[in-house]
Amino acid sequence: MKKGLIHWFKYASPASFYPLAGRIIPWAAVIAVLLFAVGLYMSLFVAPMDYKQGEGYRIIFIHVPAAWMSMFIYVVMVFWAIIGLAVNTRLSAMMAQALAPTGAMFTFLALWTGAFWGKPMWGTWWVWDARLTSELILLFLYIGYIALRGSIDDNRRADRASGILLLVGAVNIPIIHYSVKWWNTLHQGSSVSFQQGSSMSSIMLYGMLIMALACWAYTIAVVMVRVRSVILQREKDTKWVKNLAEIQS
Amino acid sequence: MFELFRVIVQRDLLLAMRRRSDILSTLFFFVIVISLFPLGIGPEPSILREIAPGIFWVAALLASMLALERLFAVDYVDGSLEQMLLSPQPVFILVMGKVLAHWLVTGLPLVILSPLLGIQYDLSNEVLSALLLSLLLGTPALSLIGSIGAALTLGIRGGGVLVSLLVLPLYIPVLIFGAGAVEATVSGLGGQGHLSMLGAILIGALVLAPLATSAALRISAE
Repeated sequence: MKKGLIHWFKYASPASFYPLAGRIIPWAAVIAVLLFAVGLYMSLFVAPMDYKQGEGYRIIFIHVPAAWMSMFIYVVMVFWAIIGLAVNTRLSAMMAQALAPTGAMFTFLALWTGAFWGKPMWGTWWVWDARLTSELILLFLYIGYIALRGSIDDNRRADRASGILLLVGAVNIPIIHYSVKWWNTLHQGSSVSFQQGSSMSSIMLYGMLIMALACWAYTIAVVMVRVRSVILQREKDTKWVKNLAEIQS
Repeated sequence: MFELFRVIVQRDLLLAMRRRSDILSTLFFFVIVISLFPLGIGPEPSILREIAPGIFWVAALLASMLALERLFAVDYVDGSLEQMLLSPQPVFILVMGKVLAHWLVTGLPLVILSPLLGIQYDLSNEVLSALLLSLLLGTPALSLIGSIGAALTLGIRGGGVLVSLLVLPLYIPVLIFGAGAVEATVSGLGGQGHLSMLGAILIGALVLAPLATSAALRISAE
């Protein structure tokens, strides 16, 4: 137990996390490529056509994982923000910073694919429905975080100020979710839930889950690349960075 | 503690009274925005009645957001904010006092003026009172939530635009329930539920927002 703790704290330092992140990247990238290949094959060729929605339904294989990731990444950022504010580790703020663009990307992707799905199914690109609106607000929150982070020059202040913004946003998310939910909702209910299992055919479900895992692996790979550059940028005056092989060459 | 609260409110009100143009500009912004819509959309009373709740609320949101800049900025620039933070008094009370004074000079006038503007939109008495009540509950919540954004962006380049980016998404629940209350009254359903939610948001903001604002002030004043 004691050993485990020391092990974790070791990687809280950018200097020791940097090589670890470098080792994670190839693994995560390979897993992401493999899972995307399998997932796309399953969702585009293996999964049967939906009898009601036709071929257009296949958008959910990217739409649903993107929507999951968009929310999950925000939660992870809030987690890092809390850690950063509570124990004042530099790396946790860097992690939140590195996650934000990917989270915003997935949010945008979920909205965009949702629009493509909505046009043939609902006959409109966009409706002011609860889910769509909450997702849009989530995108605004991401953008606000990135903008605040970017406009403060002092890193320490930027970390803490943007951390507070993340926390405030986290408090607000359930409120936003329920406040918009009271509008009449067009978006269909979730097809997958932990209590009732899935209402989809299993092959579709597996395709979607594999795609979700692929998005996870992709996120890990991209975030590790990004956090490495954030570390280099912010620790550029330290000795260990100057001693790195890739800096000296 | 109450003494501190009273002193802060009194001081901020006095400062505001010495510079009345600041208060009036927010108020007239509200009036002008609301008067622009009938010009742009056309003076059809039935349409105006329908869009009035949304317009009043969006205008209130924008006016409240524009006024945020002055909440802490003046004290930050002349250094008195730092002195207040250094004093042994709780920052929570300080924030509450400043936000209350800010709402009294920028929020309350809008609330009081809104029924008058509502007459321009051909609203019935019942709807006017719902509008008044919803703004009365909603605008303090806006000031409280906005104070977080104002504190976070103190002394940052491009702070004014940034504040809107941070604060407007957080204003959305207030907008939904505020406009919803008026709309429900217009359609005859009664806005009781929406008003209760607004009250709940106000109470929640009253407890939580000053905490976040104090933390943000400490970071910004470092």
